[in-house]
Amino acid sequence: MNERLQHVSQDRLINETNIREILIEMVTKWEFILILLFLGVIIFFSNASPYFLDYFNMMNTTFNFMEKAIMALPMIFAIMCGDIDISIASTLALSSFGMGLASSMGAGTPEIVIIGLSIGIVAGVFNGLLVTGLKIPAIAVTLGSQSLFRGISQAFLEDKAFTKYPESFGYFGQGYVGDSLIPFELVLFLVLAVIMGFLLHKTAYGRKVYAIGNSSTAARFSGVSVNRIRFTNLVLNGLFAGIAAVLLTSRIGSTRPNIAVGWDMEAITLVVLGGVSIIGGKGNIFGVIIAVFLLGYLKFGMGLLNFSAKSMIITTGFLLIAAVLIPEMLNTVKAKRKLRKQQG
Amino acid sequence: MKNRIEKILQNRELNLGFLIFILLIIVTIRAPKFLELSNVERIVNDTAILIMVASGQLLVILTGGIDLSVGSTIAFSGMAASMMNQYYPGIPVYLVLLSGILIGTALGAFNGVCVAFGKIPPVITTLGTMSIFRGLTFVMSKGQWVTAHEMTESFMNIPKGRFFLIPNLTAWAILICIIMFYFIRYTRHGREIYAIGGNKTAAHFVGVSEKKVNFMVFTILGALCGLAGVMWTARYAAAVNETAAGFELQTVAACVLGGVSMAGGAGALTGVIMGSLFLGIINNALPVVNLSPFYQMAIQGFVVLTAIVANVLMEQRNEKQLLNRRRQ
Repeated sequence: MNERLQHVSQDRLINETNIREILIEMVTKWEFILILLFLGVIIFFSNASPYFLDYFNMMNTTFNFMEKAIMALPMIFAIMCGDIDISIASTLALSSFGMGLASSMGAGTPEIVIIGLSIGIVAGVFNGLLVTGLKIPAIAVTLGSQSLFRGISQAFLEDKAFTKYPESFGYFGQGYVGDSLIPFELVLFLVLAVIMGFLLHKTAYGRKVYAIGNSSTAARFSGVSVNRIRFTNLVLNGLFAGIAAVLLTSRIGSTRPNIAVGWDMEAITLVVLGGVSIIGGKGNIFGVIIAVFLLGYLKFGMGLLNFSAKSMIITTGFLLIAAVLIPEMLNTVKAKRKLRKQQG
Repeated sequence: MKNRIEKILQNRELNLGFLIFILLIIVTIRAPKFLELSNVERIVNDTAILIMVASGQLLVILTGGIDLSVGSTIAFSGMAASMMNQYYPGIPVYLVLLSGILIGTALGAFNGVCVAFGKIPPVITTLGTMSIFRGLTFVMSKGQWVTAHEMTESFMNIPKGRFFLIPNLTAWAILICIIMFYFIRYTRHGREIYAIGGNKTAAHFVGVSEKKVNFMVFTILGALCGLAGVMWTARYAAAVNETAAGFELQTVAACVLGGVSMAGGAGALTGVIMGSLFLGIINNALPVVNLSPFYQMAIQGFVVLTAIVANVLMEQRNEKQLLNRRRQ
């Protein structure tokens, strides 16, 4: 009788520690910290400014960060596979240049969009061929194509700008869905995020991306065509830069060679902040989506409180480092606890 | 004999030198003035800062990392040094120079700590500090510039004078190159950088501390950026908040052009110097041959890509030859 009681209580003890461990596991997850941060931002700024928690404002401010957010989606795939694309902002510029040229020659909205997207794809194929065909590291290739793509649009545009676009073209970057206050850009981002999330988490393609991220060699030996997937990733990056080009060009209604300078870094920031590990094999799409809105509303709130643009840059930089440092530290603590428990 | 020719063909630095030679001939045919001594001197002087910083970037890339915060570090230390000069004109110039270098070193050490002890990948760390340092530059200067009439004469003269016959800035670059050359080739720490870049596990087993090496390379690069920052602001007689924006990519491009492998472990200082000079010549040659400056970016991108591709193709050819020879 006594013995049995002891067993039961031991079982319960084990169960309790399990629940506790699961809880600790959950709390120390990066997505959880992100959500907390996001809630913190919302609560802080809605107290600090009466204009923050306004439906109209909250919807409209998404215009400011949706294009970058869209470019961040395929970057998840590239970064997970150990690649990186620092030419997407330049691809955007080149694609915007192509659209402006087409528009000035009298093309209609559908043609302009098709041209914009195809230039993005061509740029992605160009990068992909060099990276996988010639086995050059992605950072070296895209470093070169970063100057090349933007340079091409600069060489042709010089100090001029395309400013003539058909009226219907303005819908993509300025329009709302139906009569609602929901921007088209926001809806497009959510749709694309669902598609990319499905691709990443529910298809063989996504599993292969994780496999490559964990060990490229092991993936190759188990029959994953690593190069084909890395190539597709870079093409996707080009295509999404094309989509972002359509939105941004439509939103600001003009094309200058310095359009979207530095946005490649911002897209990468979103991905890393979202918990995607550049070492590979870690991360998911939810983290990135939360990071998009966290950073977007943080900037919006800081803008409302008259913080300078520079203090936002500093904050972003610190967040970026914290995004990697905090999970790393938590993992160390966790590992130490486990070790102590095993020894004890 | 045949072997010797083959060896020469395989030497990357010689190939790049040949490329520079062809470039020079083309430019000189269109504009004979280009090769005049004063112009050559100017080009080398213009490239001196790039050479200094790129030689530091070489160390980081050799370990398999990359530093994207170079431009921001230059801006911060340059701004700090010139503000010091502006508010305390009494401080001797060499102390200003020294503190500029120390500030750069501190920023580099911060990168180093994050990479080595925080285990944050170099790309992420320096992407973050790129924003942080640039933002701090603005905060420190409150968005103001330090202009020529706010600097002392002696501060602006740091890069201007001549050391024997060589312009001061070039002399600094030569000094740095000699130190770096010795450091990389003949000291234990220099060889450890190659060991880490070549094979981390093997390096670990022979007792090379990866942490120490990572911390070291970022700190050295930071110091060089500090020096470059002072030189930059003194030379252009203005400390602007946007100083050296995008310069990090120039330094990486110089390394890549010089045949440094982005994967780490392979690359030589001579290549980086040649790569920097190559970029410098292109930048200076465009206006001389009447090409619009709007073409500069595209041409630079094209040249960098071509150089990378040529590099890789040559390497693959060499590997194949080696394989064939082994088979025989």
